[in-house]
Amino acid sequence: METTNIIIKNLTKRFGQVAAVNNVTLTIEPGAFITLLGPSGCGKTTLLRCVAGLEEPDEGEILIGDKLVFSSRRGISLPAGQRNLGLVFQNYALWPHMTVYKNMTFALEIQKLAKAEMDQRVKESLAEVQMTGYAERYPREMSGGQQQRIALARMLAYRPKVFLMDEPLSNLDARLRMDMRAELKRLHHVAGATTIYVTHDQVEALTMSTQIAVMKEGVVQQMDTPDCVYHFPANLFVADFIGNPKVNLLEGVANGDGAVDLGNFKIQLAARTAPGQVVVAARPEDITIALAPEPGAVEFTAYSVLPAGADSTIVARRDQLELTVKVIGTSKIKMDDKVWLQFNPATLNLYDKTSGNLIHSKN
Amino acid sequence: MSVVALPSSFARPARRVWRKLTRPHVLVAGVMLALLAYLVITPLLIMIQTTITWQPEDNRLVRGITPGEFTLFHWERVFNSIISQTMLWTPLQNTLVTSIGISIFALTLGSLLAWLVVRTDLPGKKFIASVAIIPYMLPSWTISLAWIVVFKNQRVGGSIGFLEALTGAQVPDWLSYGPVPIIITLSLHYYAFAFLLVSGALQSLDARLEESGEMLGATRWQVLSRITFPLVIPAILSAFILTFSRAMGSFGTPAFLGNPVRYYVLSTTLYNNISSRLQADGFVLGLVLIAISIVTIYLNQRIIGVRKSYATLTGKGFASTPVRLRALKYPILILVGMFLFIAVVAPLGFLGYQSLMLQKNSFALDNLSLHFWIGESNPKIADGIAGILTDVQTWVSAWNSIALAVLVGLITSVLGIFLGYAVVKGRGTWLSKIVEQVAFLPYLMPSIAFGAIYIGMFAQPLGPLPALYGTFWILVVVSVAKNLPYSSRSGTAAMLQVGSELEEAALVGGASWLTRFRRIIIPLTSSGLVAGFLLTFITSMRELSLIVLLVTPTTRTLTTLNFRYAEQGYHQPGDALAMMLVVIILACEWIVRHFRGAQIGKGLGA
Repeated sequence: METTNIIIKNLTKRFGQVAAVNNVTLTIEPGAFITLLGPSGCGKTTLLRCVAGLEEPDEGEILIGDKLVFSSRRGISLPAGQRNLGLVFQNYALWPHMTVYKNMTFALEIQKLAKAEMDQRVKESLAEVQMTGYAERYPREMSGGQQQRIALARMLAYRPKVFLMDEPLSNLDARLRMDMRAELKRLHHVAGATTIYVTHDQVEALTMSTQIAVMKEGVVQQMDTPDCVYHFPANLFVADFIGNPKVNLLEGVANGDGAVDLGNFKIQLAARTAPGQVVVAARPEDITIALAPEPGAVEFTAYSVLPAGADSTIVARRDQLELTVKVIGTSKIKMDDKVWLQFNPATLNLYDKTSGNLIHSKN
Repeated sequence: MSVVALPSSFARPARRVWRKLTRPHVLVAGVMLALLAYLVITPLLIMIQTTITWQPEDNRLVRGITPGEFTLFHWERVFNSIISQTMLWTPLQNTLVTSIGISIFALTLGSLLAWLVVRTDLPGKKFIASVAIIPYMLPSWTISLAWIVVFKNQRVGGSIGFLEALTGAQVPDWLSYGPVPIIITLSLHYYAFAFLLVSGALQSLDARLEESGEMLGATRWQVLSRITFPLVIPAILSAFILTFSRAMGSFGTPAFLGNPVRYYVLSTTLYNNISSRLQADGFVLGLVLIAISIVTIYLNQRIIGVRKSYATLTGKGFASTPVRLRALKYPILILVGMFLFIAVVAPLGFLGYQSLMLQKNSFALDNLSLHFWIGESNPKIADGIAGILTDVQTWVSAWNSIALAVLVGLITSVLGIFLGYAVVKGRGTWLSKIVEQVAFLPYLMPSIAFGAIYIGMFAQPLGPLPALYGTFWILVVVSVAKNLPYSSRSGTAAMLQVGSELEEAALVGGASWLTRFRRIIIPLTSSGLVAGFLLTFITSMRELSLIVLLVTPTTRTLTTLNFRYAEQGYHQPGDALAMMLVVIILACEWIVRHFRGAQIGKGLGA
C-alpha cells in the first residue's frame, strides 16, 4: 500500500475561549505509527478529529500526502469523505441495523464499486482481522472484541491512505486489549499505512508506536520515539506522565560541581551543571536497593513492600522524603527494614525547577 | 497585489461562515425555526393584535368605529366593565378552584399509586400499572359523561340518573353538577398523568440512597418522609403544575358538568364568547389562560431550580428491594382494585349501559335495546336520531378522526426527527437552544386558547397556506403545532440514542447528508418514531378542547360529534360514540404495542 505523510502546521482549534488544540505543528513521516498521548482533555482527540475533517480548526494548515485538506489562510476545508482516511472509533460505531457485510460495503457502495470487487474486499479484510465467516452477522450478535475487529475490517475494506484510531482498545477488557495490541501492530506492519493513534494509555503508546506525541492542554510537549520519550522526557510533565510506577521527582539545589543537595543528603550527577534550583528525576527501576550499607548508598526505611510476581515495588522513606523503587522478582525486603538506596548518575535526569524543562541529560 | 489581496482576505471569513451556515444541522435548524415561527409565534402575535384593534363585529356594541384601529376596548371590557364579573372574575375564580382541586386530588392518587407500584411488594403490579394509565388514553370527558349517567337529577334536562332511579331520593345539585363533580371526574383522569410522572421519578431514584438510610437505623416511615419524598418532590411539583395547566385548558368536562348549572370556567367562557362572535374578547381570555399557565410553569422552574426537571425524570432503573407491606398487603390490594374499578371499569360500564337504554330515564332491563347503536332513524325516538353505526354522520366523523390522527401522527413524527436532529447535532449553539425553546412554547398554551389562536390566523391566506378556516387542514395544522413539544422531545430522545460517531463513521466513508439521513439516522430512530406516532395518534383521537372551536359540520370528528350530542341532551348516542372512541383507541394501542413493543406508558409521561 502506498504511504502518505501528514503535515500539521500551526493548528489551533478553540471551543469558546478554550484552545483545545493550541498552535500545534507536527510532521508525520510516511508509514509512521504516531500516538497522541495525554490525559483526558489534553486535546488529542480534537487534533485527530481535525485531521479527520470532523472538526473545523480555527487556524493553521493540514496536508495529507501532497494535498492541502485544510487551510484557514486559503479558506480550504475538504469534507471528511474526500480526505481518503479511515477512522476507528472508541465505541466502534458499527451501524447496528446493518450486517457486517453491509457495514463494510456502505462506503464502497458510495464509491460505486462493482459487486465482485466489494465481495473481494470484504473477504480479504475479514481474513486480515481473522473474522472470516462473520459477514452476515449483526453487530449485537458479536462480542466486544469481535466488534472491534469488524470496525478495523470496515476501515481496511475502504483502503484508506491513512488510519486514524481514537482510543480503539479502551472499551475492551485487559486481556483482550493485550491481544489486540499485537494484532494492531501487526496490521500496521503489513499494511504500512500512516497511522495516527489516540490513547491515554502509556503502555499502548510505548508498545505500539514509532513516534509518540505527548500532549497537555492543547500543546505538544514532546514528540519523539517511545524510547526517547521514556528515557529523556523533555519536561517534568512528560516525565511524570510516562512510567509506571511513577518517576521519583526530588527537589533540590545544584551546587555547580556535579551534585544536587536534597536537604539531608546529596546525589552525585554524571556531569557538572550550573548552580540553581532543580528537580532530579529517577525512574524507580534505576535505583538499586540493598539490605546492607554500601559506599555512596543512602539509608532509608521500607515503608511499604508491594510484590507483584514478576517485580516488586518498594516505597522507601527518609524523614519527609518518599521514594519508589522497583526491583525484579520477589524482594526479600520486609516492611520497616532498614534499606540502602543507590542512585546511578548515568540514569538521572535533571530539570529546571522554574521552567520544568530538561537541563541535563544522562550521557 | 493589495488589490488582489483585499477580496481574498474578505473571501476567507465569508467562505468559512458560508460553510458553517450550510452545515446540515444548521440548515435543518433554520428551516425548523422558520416553521416554528410560522406555526407558533405568528398566531400568537395575530391573537394579541386582534385584542388591541377594533373588530368589524364591534359595530354591534359601539357606533362609529373603524375596524383595524388601535383600541384597548376589549381589554377594558374584559377586565374593567360591568360584565367583567361574569366574563372574567367569576370564571377565573372557578377555574382556579377546580384546577387546584383537580391537581391536589390527582397528585395524591397518582403519587400513592406510583409508590405502591414501583416501591412495594404489592401483587399484580404490572397489571395494575397497565390498567391505571387507561384513563389517560381516553378523552378527559369520558368520565364526566359517566358521572351524568349516575348522578343526574331531575332539575336539569328532566330525566334522572341511575342513583336516583335506584334509591328514589333526589340527588342534590352540588353532587350532580358544578365544581364537585368536575373536580372528581377530572381527578380520575389526570391521576394517571401524575402516576406516570411520579413513577418515572421513583424508578430513576437510586434505591441505595434509601438503603443507606435504613442501614443507619431509620424506620420505613423516616426513610419515606426524609429521603424518598424530598428526592421526588421536584417531580411531584412539576406534575402538579402540569396537571394544573392542563386542567385549566380542558373544556369538555366543565362544559358537560358546569354549563347545565351555569357554572362557567375560563375555557367554557372563552368558547361561549367565540361562539357568540365576540372573538376579541375570547382572545383576551385566551391570553389570560396562557399568562397564568406561563407564570405557573415559570414559578415551578424557579422553585425547583432545575429547568424542565420533568424532562429528565425517567432514567435508568435501579434494582431495589421492594418495601414489604406485610399484613396490609391484601387490604391495600383490595383498595387499589376498588379504585381502579371506580376510575376505569365503572365509567365505561355505565356509558355502555346507558347507550343501550331506549328511553332516557328507565334503567330497567326491558328498556335495553341496540337502537342507538344499529337502529334506523325513527321520529318517535330521540327526535329521529339513528343508531350511530347506521348514521352516515358517524362514519364521516370516524373517518375524519382517524385521518386526522394518522396525518398528525405521521407529520409530527417526521418533524420530530428533524427537530431532534437540529437540537442534538447543534447542542450548545444558540440556534439549537432557540429551536428547543420555541418548540416548547405550545406546551405553555392551554389547548382551548391555542385553538382560538388559529381561528384568527387562518381566516385569510397567510404565507404559503391558503385560508384554512373551515377546512379539515386547519385541524391538522393546529394539532401538529400543539404536539410539537412532544414530537421534538421524542425526536431529541431518539436522536440522543444514536451516537454521533454512527453518523461520523458514514461521513468519513464519504456519504452525503441525504445518504446519512436516509440510511443511518432514519433506520436507527424508527423505533422512537413509532412510539412518538402512537402518542400523537392517541392524543389527536381523544382531542376536543383544541379543535372544538375550529370544526365545522363537514369536518366533525368523533369527539366533537359527541360534544354536539351531549350539548343537545342526546345522551345515549353520545355514550355509544364515546364507547366507540374508547374501543378504537385501546385497539390501536394494543396493536402497536404488540407489534412494535413500544411502550405507550413511557411516551405519555412526556
